[in-house]
Parts: sequence; C-alpha cells; structure tokens
Amino acid sequence: MAKLYTNKSVENFNDLKPKEETVNFLLNYSKALSVFNCNEMKFEALLN
Amino acid sequence: MQYDLIPDSTLVTNYIHGEEYALEILIKRHKQKIYSFIYSKVYDRDITEDIFQDTFIKVIRTLKRGAYNEEGKFLPWVMRISHNLVIDHFRKNSRMPKFDNSGEFSIFSVLSDDTLNAEKRIIKDQVENDVRRLVEELPEDQREVLLMRIYDDLSFKEISDKTGVSINTALGRMRYALINLRKIIEKHHIVLTN
Repeated sequence: MAKLYTNKSVENFNDLKPKEETVNFLLNYSKALSVFNCNEMKFEALLN
Repeated sequence: MQYDLIPDSTLVTNYIHGEEYALEILIKRHKQKIYSFIYSKVYDRDITEDIFQDTFIKVIRTLKRGAYNEEGKFLPWVMRISHNLVIDHFRKNSRMPKFDNSGEFSIFSVLSDDTLNAEKRIIKDQVENDVRRLVEELPEDQREVLLMRIYDDLSFKEISDKTGVSINTALGRMRYALINLRKIIEKHHIVLTN
C-alpha cells in the first residue's frame, strides 16, 4: 500500500481552541447533570 | 470581580458547591492548553474536539459525584484525563483500523467492484439476445456446428463424430457460419459491444 511521507503542516498551537459550541455544550451539560445520593449509591440524571 | 485572580482550587470548590460559573472560568482558562495538548497527539481537529469534550464530561461527572481528589492540581489532573482518552482513542483505532480516504491516495483505485452496473447489465442482455437471434438466422448445418463449437465447447473431431460429417466439412461449416454472421451484422449495422 502506498505510504505517504509528507510532513504535517505546522500549525500554530497557540491558535488552537475548541469550538464555541463545544464549550457551550459542556456548560449546558454541566447545568443539566444532577447527581443524587441514595443509600450510599450515586445516581446521575440529565434534566434538560 | 477579578476572575483571573481566583485560584483553580477555589473555583473547583465553588463548582462542587453548585456555582456553575466556576466551570465556565475553568474551561476558558485552560481550554487552549488542553486542546493544543490533545491536538499535538492526534493531529486531527475533529478527533481533538471529541476528546476535549469527553475530557470535560469526565471532569464534570467526577466533580459532581464528589469524587475529585483535592490533593493534586486541577490542570494536571485534566491533562491526565485527556492523555488517557488519547491513548484509548489510539487503542480503539488499532483494534479496528479504519481507512481515511481523505488523502491523495484513494482506496477505490485499488479496490474495485467488478460486477456490472444496471446499465451495462441491460446492454449485455441485449447483446446476448441479438447474438442468439443472429444464430437463429443461419442455415441449419452451419448453426449446428457453431452451437456445438462455441456453446458446447466441442472439438471439431467430436463434432465430426456427432454429426457424421468429416472434420474438414465441420471446419468449413463453421467458417461459413462466421462469414454469414459478419455479413448480417454489417448489413444491419448491428452493434455488439458493451
């Protein structure tokens, strides 16, 4: 099988950031997630 | 309030106590470092995005469950989670290699589907039908030799034995059969190619 020996383009790592929607998703996920304690057991619930 | 001055540990404690804004500050503070770290390992924006998301889902769940250990620092802990997820990603891919077809090399230049498509199948049927009808037009003796030779794959010796004529006669009939077929094809401008 053909092998490609091309170099990866050098990207400026300082410009790399997650997408805005990824961050928003995480914040909304955090708001929606609740953990309940019940008889030493933990239950997770996602409430949208 | 100067958010930059609040240490990570305080923000983590506040978040555990239900203050959602603390998570937003933590993500915004460290997102570039964590994202770059993941990207430096996987070199793919989409995969980096996925692993970044999974990392923080793990962080959120751990903090909300109260399972976070205060001993370590927040950023190294998150980095360790993302590092483990990067390893999981490579392990999963080595178990189930998938071919990325986005590069210069196309897998379909090596792999091909030899079966005919619908159009070519119809043309092939038509050509076979035409040939059958042309053979029907031949005189009986020529048709008989041609069918035995081409369709039954008999040798001229076997044809000679079966029909009771000499080998030379069978050869001659075959030759005339082909000449006559060519004549009919040319006369009616029949195209017999797929």
